[in-house]
Amino acid sequence: MAMTVYMVVRMQNLFAVVMLGGIYSLLAAALLVVLDAVDVAFTEAAVGAGISTVLALGALALTTSQEKESKRSPLYSAAIVVVAMVTWAALILGSLDMPLYGDPTAPIHQHVADRYIAEGQRETGVPNIVTAVLASYRGFDTLGEVMVIFTAGIGVLLAFSAAKTRRPPKDETDGGEGGA
Amino acid sequence: MTHHLVLRVIAKLLIPFIMLFGLYVQFHGDFGPGGGFQAGVIFASAFILYALVFGVDVARKVAPDWAVRTCIALGALIYGGTGLVSIFRGGNYLDYSVLSADPVAGQHLGILVIEVGVGVTVASVMMAIFFGFAGRGR
Repeated sequence: MAMTVYMVVRMQNLFAVVMLGGIYSLLAAALLVVLDAVDVAFTEAAVGAGISTVLALGALALTTSQEKESKRSPLYSAAIVVVAMVTWAALILGSLDMPLYGDPTAPIHQHVADRYIAEGQRETGVPNIVTAVLASYRGFDTLGEVMVIFTAGIGVLLAFSAAKTRRPPKDETDGGEGGA
Repeated sequence: MTHHLVLRVIAKLLIPFIMLFGLYVQFHGDFGPGGGFQAGVIFASAFILYALVFGVDVARKVAPDWAVRTCIALGALIYGGTGLVSIFRGGNYLDYSVLSADPVAGQHLGILVIEVGVGVTVASVMMAIFFGFAGRGR
């Protein structure tokens, strides 16, 4: 995964970058399968590797598939690297406090998870606990998620229809970074 | 896109199975991994594959814009409407236990119905976004 990220940063050809992004998503999905989060892995494979790759390719078809040369000074890049390293160090530092993976005494396993596992099957009659929690115990959250997707769809439809009516007769093309 | 014979034949073969798999993920989400979100994306990808191989205009005839737009709202309404039905039957909003005489059967029914709502909205939003992107180039 680190290799794909490195290549994404180095590559100039955006088509290859999009493909590498898809590969990264697929690797992330494999990692999630290893962590026994099959539902999340499924979503990652379908949305991350599938749909977003297609949408990024659609954006490339509208713009250009070659990255422009950056005119920033090397100092600017160095500053970005420093900020990234500091953020990375802070995240690693923060993760030291987290309980070990799979630790049964971790707070997340002490709160409501036990009840879902013990009672979920009996209360909802649904063998897949993930579905039971998503749809029943956390029904409001899922409703919110559907509303987010609904709003996103409406927003994209509005943006595209507005662009269509305002476009002058002679077909002018946008500058480099339109699209997504 | 008239000359890619292999692509067209293989796509025609694959699309029914992609759709069938989408429906399987949708309605088998109670028992195995999957659910409305994943099923919606898989179902939309069948249409997107069709649009990629046969052209966006042909795909838009199969899934016209008004139908896609209606389905975006319809899925959200199915979800919210389930909540309202459970209020009318004397429960809390989105409390599926009152949807049927037996609480467990009601829960099962409610989960199934809202997953359908999720799937319909996700599939049609994905298609709308893709058609919006792909239809702009010309």
